[in-house]
Amino acid sequence: MKHFLLATTLIFSAPAAMACETVTIGDLTVEHAWSKATIGAGRPGVFYVEIKNSGTTDDALVGITTPAAGMPMLHETVVQDGIASMPHAMSVPVPAGQSVQLAPGGYHGMLMELTTALKEGDSFPVTLSFEKSGEVTVNVDVLSLRAEGPDCADAGQ
Amino acid sequence: MRLRSLQIILWIAATAAVITFLAVRWWPATDDTATADSAFMPTFALADSEGRMRTTAEFRGKFLLVFFGFTSCPDVCPTTLSEVAQVMDDLGSAAGSVQPIFISIDPERDRRLGLDDYTKAFHPAILALAGSEEDTKSAAASFKIFYEQEADTSSPDGYTMAHSPSLYLIGPDGEWLRQFTYGTSAAEIVSDLLTRL
Repeated sequence: MKHFLLATTLIFSAPAAMACETVTIGDLTVEHAWSKATIGAGRPGVFYVEIKNSGTTDDALVGITTPAAGMPMLHETVVQDGIASMPHAMSVPVPAGQSVQLAPGGYHGMLMELTTALKEGDSFPVTLSFEKSGEVTVNVDVLSLRAEGPDCADAGQ
Repeated sequence: MRLRSLQIILWIAATAAVITFLAVRWWPATDDTATADSAFMPTFALADSEGRMRTTAEFRGKFLLVFFGFTSCPDVCPTTLSEVAQVMDDLGSAAGSVQPIFISIDPERDRRLGLDDYTKAFHPAILALAGSEEDTKSAAASFKIFYEQEADTSSPDGYTMAHSPSLYLIGPDGEWLRQFTYGTSAAEIVSDLLTRL
């Protein structure tokens, strides 16, 4: 019974810690996938993640898909000469031996045409397509509107 | 001899013209920069979410933390709104002296999507304004900020907005005090504000 309770507790607390789970495909490690709560479904959501390439071959994130949004795309926030703009990123380079972050103020997934509003505590899957390594699916934690990143012991924030 | 005095007169006139030109060209310019900090009083007159006209004049006596953005922006604007929300929380009892104001540069779409729900979700103290195109242009010009609609098929409704992402601090007499560039931490903004309150 004690074990059952412990297991139940772990299962129910799992969603909150999902952003801290790690998924690997080939030489790539994908972790700290998170998003922010949205006000309604009329505005785009956001997707942040960290990708580490421990191999010797350069790779690139070339696209994302998710059942949570009809039109998910990669964008990059660029602040140049005091002006912020957000061009579409055809791909996000993941060079050999390096880590890249999709993080506030830089690369991010823009989740347009949300199927429903994203609520804090929810999670949804996002499939990342890499040029060389192929596809991998991660669970994305929806954090609060004001979150700055997942609270993982090893988070690179 | 007459020619010579005419020449002298012309030379004097030419020299005077050059001096006058230089004086006009440079003195006011230096004056401007010297007094810009105290003389620059950016203003706005924009509708709030209930359609009431709000102007800079009604906020005299308070510090204004003004920023421009649009609510369909998934990355920069929420980051700034979160910073401002954090600033308001961290100011504690001093928060009453600071009015954060979000000015929509995408007013038509933001009114349609619901402006107040959005900013209030970050912090109830944030006042959201979305005026007419004309009023928005005037406010931006007055604050000397840039914004522009950019066609982009990879964005909602086929366009996105490029804009100045800084926070602008306006003093209790309506005077421009400083800007906080994008990425300035809430802690830095709070400590700056606390020295002034």
